[in-house]
Amino acid sequence: MIYLDYVATTPLSDDIYQTYTQLLKKYFANADSAYRLGYEVNRLMETSRAKIASMLHVKEDELIFTSCASEANNLAIKGVAFQYQNRGRHIITTAIEHSSVANTCRELAEVFGFEVDYLSVDNQGHIDLEELKSLIRPDTILVTTMYVNNEIGVINPIKDIAKIIKTVNPKTKYHVDMVQALGKLPVDLNDIDLATFSAHKIFGLKGSGLLYKKHSTTLVPLINGGQQEFDLRGGTSNACTNIVLAKTIRLALESQKAHYDYVKKLNDFMREEIKKREALVINSPEDASPFILNISAPHYKPEVLVHDLESSGIYISTKSACSSKATEASHTLAAMHLDEEVAISALRLSFSHLTTMDELKTFLKALDESLTRVRKQR
Amino acid sequence: MQADYIIVRFGELTTKGKNRKNFSARLLRNTKEILSGFTRLTYRLTFDHIYIMLNGENPDDVCEALKKVFGIHSFSVCYKIEPDLDQIKQAAAEIINNYEKEAFTFKINTKRNDKNFPMMSMEINRAVAGYVFHHTDKQLKVDVHDPDLMVRIELRKDAAYVMDNVILGAGGYPVGIGGKALLMLSGGIDSPVAGYLVMKRGIDIECIHYASPPYTSDLAREKVLDLLNVLKDYNHGGIRIHIVPFTKLQLSVYQNTDESYAMTVMRRMMYRIAEGVAKKRNIKAIVNGESIGQVASQTLDSMNTINQVITTPVIRPVACLDKLEIIRIAEKIGTYGISIRPYEDCCTIFTPKNPATKPKDYKAEAYEAKWDYAAEVQECIDNIETIVVNANYKNDEDLF
Repeated sequence: MIYLDYVATTPLSDDIYQTYTQLLKKYFANADSAYRLGYEVNRLMETSRAKIASMLHVKEDELIFTSCASEANNLAIKGVAFQYQNRGRHIITTAIEHSSVANTCRELAEVFGFEVDYLSVDNQGHIDLEELKSLIRPDTILVTTMYVNNEIGVINPIKDIAKIIKTVNPKTKYHVDMVQALGKLPVDLNDIDLATFSAHKIFGLKGSGLLYKKHSTTLVPLINGGQQEFDLRGGTSNACTNIVLAKTIRLALESQKAHYDYVKKLNDFMREEIKKREALVINSPEDASPFILNISAPHYKPEVLVHDLESSGIYISTKSACSSKATEASHTLAAMHLDEEVAISALRLSFSHLTTMDELKTFLKALDESLTRVRKQR
Repeated sequence: MQADYIIVRFGELTTKGKNRKNFSARLLRNTKEILSGFTRLTYRLTFDHIYIMLNGENPDDVCEALKKVFGIHSFSVCYKIEPDLDQIKQAAAEIINNYEKEAFTFKINTKRNDKNFPMMSMEINRAVAGYVFHHTDKQLKVDVHDPDLMVRIELRKDAAYVMDNVILGAGGYPVGIGGKALLMLSGGIDSPVAGYLVMKRGIDIECIHYASPPYTSDLAREKVLDLLNVLKDYNHGGIRIHIVPFTKLQLSVYQNTDESYAMTVMRRMMYRIAEGVAKKRNIKAIVNGESIGQVASQTLDSMNTINQVITTPVIRPVACLDKLEIIRIAEKIGTYGISIRPYEDCCTIFTPKNPATKPKDYKAEAYEAKWDYAAEVQECIDNIETIVVNANYKNDEDLF
């Protein structure tokens, strides 16, 4: 099997698997129970929170465990919108967000009557900071952008964005979806009010997300219930999952530099190879995250190529797994105003430290064969 | 640039005369114990410094732990680089740029052990200072007499060392040099601060805690152990605690005394037990977190009536501090967050509505004559449970 879809999800690390199974049996008690059995679970969970806080250089009560990054994105965006709606009802996001951000913003606009502006991107996927500057208004309560785009890997200049927001309207909150950045790029939460993370993109468990929320930001909870997560997310704590998140993040951060350098080499190699092939074009900009390489095979139906490669045990995707069921072009590529034929024939490759050069060579060979075997359909 | 070693300067012990050696030896021992988690460190003790060779350990983590060692006035991280002027300049500039202030005075001080180096010390000072001026955004001024920041350069044949002089240590005396005291630890805000202050004067502590299960919960006991887990980083990585099974005696007190005197008599019992444990452990003083006037048991009348049942000296380091001053120290040393966990300790269960603020000793004695308290006190002393809180406490690092 050759797996080249690490951006969709990653296999569970052996280390995390072992720690997790060891915890599951022993620490079954409710973390909020008032006896030792429960208290012990709570203690380990809070230790995990503290360890993560120190790794991210934030305070421990600024971290909220969630069930996934989508939930964290929802909590951040709706939480801010509902909390600060008396201050203003204007939100700014980009045209290339993950569905959990894009659809949350859309719901706020369609159901709750908020006003949402979408930053456009150029054909490289870059936003225009001048446009951002012109969109921020006195009643803008939130700007939400991703750090690294999940389809083409373009990196947003979050430092510059934060600076612009703080100069134009210091009251505007800034939320960053950092799911595709954690463990891959440097994460600095200094100038950011809210940030979203996920465990299963860094060899951790599914069902495990994390929201960073600066002290100065207040949220309205989405799930009302008990006292868990500082009253911001009711529901019995998924304690063991939250406990192993610390180790998951530690392992990712410890090897971040080495993994980055390694994957950069893989990416450079792939770019060279793709460029040699006339049937293919590269959609990811040169300065994108090396973990993601988006290409197009014009005139081919991408799903057909994916299934053809799958029959040789190779797994790649066409676009974000979270919106793979829609048949039209990915909204990211559409927003980049690429040639229609390019936009609807995209394939997404993503790599990790587990990817080997041999795998890539095998993949290229299989792809070449597919391109000759599979009929163009347009 | 790789930090090579840390140079540690002594605190108040430089005022000592003939027993200075004991002080520095104890300081070295405490330092080693507190830093025992950093296995690659090696140490060298000289007349007025301790050198800690990092051997690859993270200098920031070591510094963080060093800040808790009493008896250290200050310390510096030293960089080992090639004996090459350009590298020295860069190292000096990095130290200057890392300094916390924006505008300050500085001095470059070079010691040229390698006399073959082509420039004289003064020339090096000027060259490095000149370079620094042009490679920083800070507002610098040279002051050769009393600089805010002194950058020292030591030139040897095989290497050059560059260091600053700015990290302040915890001060005080090395813990243990002044003997040992028994800290009465309830779990509140004041007693851990009292323990911290007494350790700062070089006194090691053991602790005594009164538990009244099931009226006090396991969590209250855990809270006390968690407090020690913080305090242990200030002595030498381990604190012994004696947990007294207090339920029976406490119930007797409430049964045999009027409600207004129950607290006074209970405190007298606690003192008796503490003295018993102190004698058993050959400890010379008792320490507690009493602060004058804070609660009924801490008026001068109360202290007088309570204290007279024992002869061991009782030290009250926070007696004259305001609550807010105590809280500030608790926050600084990291005990506050634990102290405010809402579990009842034996002083807060059965709180009387109107405790006597001016209790009389003869009345307390009259109540005590009603039952054989001495036997119950002895029973408490005989049945104490002793725990040592050290690096093994709650060590589940493998989970994280």
